Amino acid sequence: MLTVLTPGARTLVQDLGRDGQYAIGLPPSGALDQYSHRCANLLVGNHENAATLEIAMIGPALHCAEPTVVAVTGGDADVRVDGVPVSCWQTVEVPAGQVLQIGTLRTGCHAYLAVRGGIATEPFLGSRSTYQSSAIGGHEGRPLEAGDTLPVGDETDVFRPGVGSTVDPRLRPALGGHQRLRLVEGLCRHRFTDDSVREFFASTFTVSAESDRTGRRLTGPALRFVDREAPFGAGDNPSNVVDLGYPVGSVQVPNGEEAICLLRDAVTGGGYATIGTVVSADLDVLAQLKAPDTVHFVPVSLDQAIAARQERRDRVKHVRRGLRLLSLY
Amino acid sequence: MSYQLFTDGARASFGGDEFVFVEVGEGMDLAQALRIQAITGDLARRELPGVIDVAPANASYLVRVDPDVLHPRALVRTLSRLHERFGEAGSVELDTEIVEIPVWYADPATERTCLKFRDRHQSADETDIAYTARVNGLSSVDDLVAAHSSAPFIVTFPCFKPGNTECVQLVPRERQIQVPKYLRPRTETPARAVAHGGAFTVVYPTAGVGGYQLLGRSPVPVADLTQQTPGFETSKVLATISTLLRFRPVAGEEYQQLRTDSREGRYRYRRAPVRFVLAEYLTDPAGYPRTLEAALC
Repeated sequence: MLTVLTPGARTLVQDLGRDGQYAIGLPPSGALDQYSHRCANLLVGNHENAATLEIAMIGPALHCAEPTVVAVTGGDADVRVDGVPVSCWQTVEVPAGQVLQIGTLRTGCHAYLAVRGGIATEPFLGSRSTYQSSAIGGHEGRPLEAGDTLPVGDETDVFRPGVGSTVDPRLRPALGGHQRLRLVEGLCRHRFTDDSVREFFASTFTVSAESDRTGRRLTGPALRFVDREAPFGAGDNPSNVVDLGYPVGSVQVPNGEEAICLLRDAVTGGGYATIGTVVSADLDVLAQLKAPDTVHFVPVSLDQAIAARQERRDRVKHVRRGLRLLSLY
Repeated sequence: MSYQLFTDGARASFGGDEFVFVEVGEGMDLAQALRIQAITGDLARRELPGVIDVAPANASYLVRVDPDVLHPRALVRTLSRLHERFGEAGSVELDTEIVEIPVWYADPATERTCLKFRDRHQSADETDIAYTARVNGLSSVDDLVAAHSSAPFIVTFPCFKPGNTECVQLVPRERQIQVPKYLRPRTETPARAVAHGGAFTVVYPTAGVGGYQLLGRSPVPVADLTQQTPGFETSKVLATISTLLRFRPVAGEEYQQLRTDSREGRYRYRRAPVRFVLAEYLTDPAGYPRTLEAALC
């Protein structure tokens, strides 16, 4: 069992997400950086869907009642066990009765803490992911607070990397700075002028400070819309459309002013024109950006989007293979 | 190019590697919305391996797939055939339910909230409800309340968050209330706020972001994911696609009483099963909805 001594800025129980509820307006939720979440689980010998703690910017201090094998991935943080610094992206054992403290992130925006066995809060609709907006999943549907206790489960894999195992730095994700986001054009792309779409792909966008798990706001050039007679029911702002479904990763541009890329706690629909959708692999990258990091968008085809998905899966396989190799020595 | 056109003019495109989006029309039309419900209903019933979500909307729909199991391009081929099979909304008859939602229009909580976000709004000097009345050519907020509560609405898009349902009023088109959404969405909305955007009304299930014009507030919830509140025994949400909603104006005092009743588990929703026949509505859009409302009496 883990006891929360200090909760950090926003620490949430997350797994790979809760699929299949879009039709009632419930987004998948789950770890924003799915790759780092999977790696954290691999380092402690868990199934990839075991629940981890997603840490935003400042991490928690946790008292471990039993000896606990842990790993912290994602953004690089100051991690200590009873005051002694330990490395991120490494399998670490916390002895019984000691305190694991995760400080402020030095790079990136989110870190993932996996414990061997997984965080075993009660699943809701088949997932432990927290969806704060409806107060479901995770620990009471909310970020952790001081005094909370978290049960540890038994979602372990057959293979268990030993203490000191690490992930090859070349397989760790890009964090912050300037990043490229691959985007499949479509949805309401036809509402934007061709000149505006060209400008969209040629411009640099700055990640705004006003960001949460619903979406990342990106400040860039103003975009213009094709002239039209407002269709019935849309509303007469040129960026309005008759409300429609928003894919996770879709980019909308309310009033042509500010681009918003939806993340895994997406609102599932609304009435702003969407220009296209960031490929799932690059949503991990976006999840690690914070103000004033920058991005540019690159148009890709469906086939390239599916190839990017495959590449990310291959990287997880390389991580697993690397950990198995390490265990031979 | 980004789009594939179906023979009926619908426009299909890919939402990254996991979504297929089909826009059937750009404008809202009830018969078209019901045709979309027929297409997506059929798709959902097929339970195709690799289809994760089928989410019908007002004039479009979204399907989420696992592209490792079902290639999005193969799904688009299936959808194209379905569009041919369901060529017309024709004789749609829906066995659904009508539910009453009490509303305190122009209540203090939503008024406070909308005044906080005037910098994101088209009109800096008035409340959302006054703005909505004015742009619809109504002389007062009271006239807007009368229009909004004069005829029931039908749900055409459950979205945004669980329990939120966009619904369109069953009145002739010239009587539909229309209003633009906020220029930029608010970062706050009170839970249970009743709001209007485009031609649609919603009840926000929980507090959070929102872009619709705030009209008032319901004392009773529209979602309970834990299913502990009376009325939610069989469903986590009060309304689903094609549910009819009727909004009844209540004053502050009754609002407080109903709020207390609801919190203490004593509130019982007024609801009744109804059959909605599209052809009858299209023949008599002013009179037919009144016969449906009679089920609540």
